[in-house]
Amino acid sequence: MELLLPFLIGILFSVSIYFILHRHLFKLIMGLILFGLATNIFLFVVGGLTNGDVAIIKKTHEVAVVPYADPVPQALLLTAIVIGFGLQAFAIVLIRKVYQSFKSNNLDDLHKAE
Amino acid sequence: MSHNLLLVLPLLLPLLGAVACLLVGQRAKVQAILAGVVQAAWLASASVILYEVSQNGIFATRIGNWPAPFGITFVADLFGALILTSAAVVGLAVWLFSLQGLDFERKRIGYYPLLLLLQMGVSGACLTGDIFNLYVWFEVLLICCFALLSLGGTRAQLEGTLKYVTINLIASGLLLTGIGVIYSLFGSLNMAVLAQQVRQHGHQSMPLLSLTSIFFLTGFGIKSAIFPLFFWLPASYHTPPIAISAFIAGLISKVGIYTLIRLFTLLFVSDLDFMLPLLLVLSGLTMVVGVVGAAAQTDFRKILSFHIISQIGYMLMGLAIYTPLALAGSVFFIVHNILVKTNLFLVSGVVARLHHSFSLKKLGEVYCRQPMLALLFLVSALALAGMPPLSGFWGKFMLAKGGFEAGNYTIVGVSLFVSLATLFSMTKIWNEVFWKNKPASELPIPESAPKATVPTVWLLYTPVVLLFIAILFISVYAEPLIGLAQQAANQLLYTKAYTDAVLNQ
Repeated sequence: MELLLPFLIGILFSVSIYFILHRHLFKLIMGLILFGLATNIFLFVVGGLTNGDVAIIKKTHEVAVVPYADPVPQALLLTAIVIGFGLQAFAIVLIRKVYQSFKSNNLDDLHKAE
Repeated sequence: MSHNLLLVLPLLLPLLGAVACLLVGQRAKVQAILAGVVQAAWLASASVILYEVSQNGIFATRIGNWPAPFGITFVADLFGALILTSAAVVGLAVWLFSLQGLDFERKRIGYYPLLLLLQMGVSGACLTGDIFNLYVWFEVLLICCFALLSLGGTRAQLEGTLKYVTINLIASGLLLTGIGVIYSLFGSLNMAVLAQQVRQHGHQSMPLLSLTSIFFLTGFGIKSAIFPLFFWLPASYHTPPIAISAFIAGLISKVGIYTLIRLFTLLFVSDLDFMLPLLLVLSGLTMVVGVVGAAAQTDFRKILSFHIISQIGYMLMGLAIYTPLALAGSVFFIVHNILVKTNLFLVSGVVARLHHSFSLKKLGEVYCRQPMLALLFLVSALALAGMPPLSGFWGKFMLAKGGFEAGNYTIVGVSLFVSLATLFSMTKIWNEVFWKNKPASELPIPESAPKATVPTVWLLYTPVVLLFIAILFISVYAEPLIGLAQQAANQLLYTKAYTDAVLNQ
């Protein structure tokens, strides 16, 4: 997995940037979503993937048994996902409003309308 | 009052205010009163924090009483407290302006709650001591900016917001990536712990830290509009009504530069030989490009927007020189710029309200009709250009002196040239808007345009006069603020006080 995921992240980043550079509004929102996804997976992988137990300490133990997964990156990831979800929802509504207002899917038309 | 409560107040007050505003529904007048009360309380809490820090040094609080490296800490040092206080002054002024300067519809559909939540984001970014928490506050601040910029939904606003949203989502992604790398390198997100670890020599992950700093430089560089990442700013800041753009333009890019200064003095100190020349070049180019861009514009707000970029260059210059005096210059300059830039935007709003245009070509004769407004503009504009004895002069003087002492003659030369060009730009506005005869307008003023009655005009003038007094105060009586800025710079450069306050409670 750890060999595969960096390539996946790389592909996601490049695809998202490619989409964002397009003029099409739908591709823009796809690009933004994929970009958020790529950063989230990056955050997850860079925190270290552990095959092991959860970090909850058992009743019979004083400390958690190694190996256990580091809970901090997971907490960060959850926060980042929620924030990203909110931002993307706003971006989708905004892009829909732009489309309704300009009657066009093309980013270049926005400038002409001014 | 206990420090624990005091540090949470600037976050709690706007949050409660926003909730209260939402609870009263669409009654704009009640919302306005609530927001006003919160603005005053916010200013009071920020001032108390500033007073406490200047008297007793840095203090910190642990949220949820979790001990420092594990929980989230909130820290108030002089730099953060100064930015927070000037933000609160500006917040009060913008609230006053919004009473008459913003249309009823936008006030009804949520201007006040959004403004208050934006202020909560600013407080959080200024006070937090945890690098991931910093990211979260920036997102709070950004989503409010998005909503405020598009509030009302005119075509120009939608276009500007779309650009702003896209570029800022990318910037946030870069920041998050950088934070992930920092956590994997050092296993902590607390800035005080990180500051101690990066200062231990021979830490194995040191070479990768410079890579991480580039993530943050790009991310916050986009948010604070430094060269070459500034293109979104003049494309979006002029689109919303002045009551919105004055606050965002005056404050938000400065919060970005605040964070850059904070991180590059606290964390990314391992590779300064490489970073400082880079920052120096970037700051010089930011200054020049901003001011050259402004020369080509004929819209009041667009000229001011380009000047934001140019002024960001000065703030970066202090960081790039990296001596106590230059950093103090940066701190002073940020405070000065928050006040002056907001005031200039508010003046442009008053002019537009009375004369129904932002275009330099259509405006004229304002000096003849509103001499007091002309005076208010002139003083702020000269302060921006750095005419002694106004506040911009002191900031630029400290920066230039710091530059000379460090031997960076080129950047000082560039900064002085840019000052001259700023003066040219301000003279252009003065000539076109205030002095020349009003051109015969092709279009009659629309019937629907609201008439400005005498009490309205006075209410519009109040925030401008308030900021004018604040600017004059830090100009003529600059000594206390310069002293505070120097102390703030010392706290930034010698981090022991900061780490002690966070870790040894």
